[in-house]
Amino acid sequence: MTSELRTAGLLDIESLDRAEIEAILERARFFQPPPGETYRRLDSLKGKTVVNLFFEASTRTRVSFEIAARRLGAETITIAAQGSSVSKGESLVDTLNTLAAMRPHAIVMRHAASGAPRFLARHLQIPIVNAGDGTHEHPTQALLDARTILDHRPSLSNLRVAIIGDIAHSRVARSNVHLLSKFGAEIVLCGPPSLLPRELAQLAPGVHLAWHMTEAIQGADVIMMLRVQLERQHEAPMAAGEYFRFYGLRLEHLQLAKPDAIVMHPGPINRGRELSSEVADSQRSVILNQVENGVAVRMAVLERVLGS
Amino acid sequence: MSSLLIYGGRVIDPASGFDGLADVLIVDGLIEAVGLNLNAESAPRFDATGRIVAPGFIDMHVHLREPGIEHAETIETGARAAAAGGFTTICCMANTIPVNDSATVTSYIVQRAREVACVNVFPIGAITKGSLGEELAAIGSMHSAGIVAISDDGRPVMNARVMRRAMELARAFDLTVIDHCEDLNLSAGGDMHEGMQSVRLGLRGIPSSSEDVMVARDLLLAEQTGARFHVAHLSTRRSVAMVAYARSRGLKVSCEVTPHHFAITDEELSGYDSNYRMKPPLRCHADVDAIIDGIVSGVVDAIATDHAPHAGSEKMQEFERCPFGITGLETAIGLSLGELVHKGRIPLSRMVELFTTGPANVLKLDRGTLKPGAQGDVTVFDLDAEWTFDVQESYSKSRNSPFNGRRFRGGPIATIVGGKPVWNRV
Repeated sequence: MTSELRTAGLLDIESLDRAEIEAILERARFFQPPPGETYRRLDSLKGKTVVNLFFEASTRTRVSFEIAARRLGAETITIAAQGSSVSKGESLVDTLNTLAAMRPHAIVMRHAASGAPRFLARHLQIPIVNAGDGTHEHPTQALLDARTILDHRPSLSNLRVAIIGDIAHSRVARSNVHLLSKFGAEIVLCGPPSLLPRELAQLAPGVHLAWHMTEAIQGADVIMMLRVQLERQHEAPMAAGEYFRFYGLRLEHLQLAKPDAIVMHPGPINRGRELSSEVADSQRSVILNQVENGVAVRMAVLERVLGS
Repeated sequence: MSSLLIYGGRVIDPASGFDGLADVLIVDGLIEAVGLNLNAESAPRFDATGRIVAPGFIDMHVHLREPGIEHAETIETGARAAAAGGFTTICCMANTIPVNDSATVTSYIVQRAREVACVNVFPIGAITKGSLGEELAAIGSMHSAGIVAISDDGRPVMNARVMRRAMELARAFDLTVIDHCEDLNLSAGGDMHEGMQSVRLGLRGIPSSSEDVMVARDLLLAEQTGARFHVAHLSTRRSVAMVAYARSRGLKVSCEVTPHHFAITDEELSGYDSNYRMKPPLRCHADVDAIIDGIVSGVVDAIATDHAPHAGSEKMQEFERCPFGITGLETAIGLSLGELVHKGRIPLSRMVELFTTGPANVLKLDRGTLKPGAQGDVTVFDLDAEWTFDVQESYSKSRNSPFNGRRFRGGPIATIVGGKPVWNRV
């Protein structure tokens, strides 16, 4: 375990090295249940307490972290910011200090502000696991995406991955770019110009930009669709109704990809907005595998952050 | 008769071109003489041996937060921080509560400063009423009450027609119009400079173009109206080029830069530390290089701090929720020496100019020189002694500086206002 994971928790993918990511993915494979069974129950985190602190609404990530912690024998307490002291005007630092004073072993945090976990890590001694911060990173999502890809491909190297949609506002995209790039994948980011800042091309080695889906999907091994984040957009990227026409994934697009290409989506999906119902339900879609792997990957992360 | 003899130092007075060992004698608040072995046996003496003795430094852009936001700064504490930073004169922006948009507020500031400030405080009046950008403020009355310029700093005038009228009126009162050049539509929602770093950190961008289009607009209006126009805290390479071009065509145009904009870049924001959050934002290397080129070539007239104190509670938040602005009075000389002089980019006399004759000319202030008869304002500073800035020991009421813990080579030693020492390093 590196010092970063031990002291600060897991704040982002960018600062992890390849070996660390490989270790988490390998351990996650161990946690994957055999077909038809549920997760095995372990007690490696018995006696540990994990606080899940969600300042932004979330169902899948929150439940996934809760199940992961409990499968390892840890106690979990989940706090939604609505109805807590946060809505009474308490500052973020005060909220976290109050929680830290109750001596949990780690805090899993989702927050609408980019960098909020990094900011808190500077002021608190307790490890923080970033469950998504604003438009910055969502490290466990990228890890579970990588685990899912590896369930369908022997390696992440030399893959061509198309990530399509609202890249500018996507923490999922940023984390995936950092992770995939560390393994030498070729990454094509695709979206309308206002959601695809040019600087993204320098975010990590191996990144290319495309305005058109046909270009992005050509020869792809993996197609990752992103949710249209209306709540983070301050203006429409294009005329209403045009988005699905130009950036929605339909069955005919899959012809351009590799024959065994997989389709991913971090969820929740908007059928008819970023992908058609037919694609979502097709054999190519691994969206539910992603959800399933979420638990295994988060078990591996919590074990590394909390393990003695 | 009160007097003070500052002896043994190297005197640099850009206004007269003097640079050499000399004593400075101040009598009754005015410079009496500059020369070798001045005879003033009865006068108190200040030993400036090994130091630089310069005309009192002028910071033409500070926020003192009084009236209305006294928990962050007051005229008294801001003036003390200025003195500790080597400044004898500061000009305070109008974005107080209420806004300095009337002779009443101007008079209040002038009066308060007379009572509590240890340095000269000159108010800058608002351009528009309430700095709302719609109706012109009482510019003539404020001029009579003592303002030295007009600016809606922090809330730029978006309506070009209003800016045109303000420039026309400013001409009549011989006031400089200072604009915080930012197109609020282009910068809306932005947290930091738009570029590689903002994309990486997932923070919303403030594009360089939001400054550039307003600089361009204002230069065109300045040409049309003939007004004296000054760009506050200029931060982009294109704005440097536009000001240089306007100047070459004979326009009465000037600009200032802040120490933080030439000392650090947007790469410092990786830790989401709100002490790096200000407007304009820290820009990229290419902009910093262009600003320094502008300082070297003479396009830049003044270094100003944009000292913007904020109470600790306001800065201890998520980055995107924190207010913009950092303190700067006490670190300005250290940063300027370190980044400009010690790195060999400009001679020391040019640095002194940027703090004295530069801002004095922009605002037509009768200060910034050691010529006999001038105000007895003197800044004594050191070129080489190492020191560390500890924000907890700052004279400001606020602590929002990104330079806490920074090591400096050279800095302020003593500040003399009207012949009276108001601060010296212990």
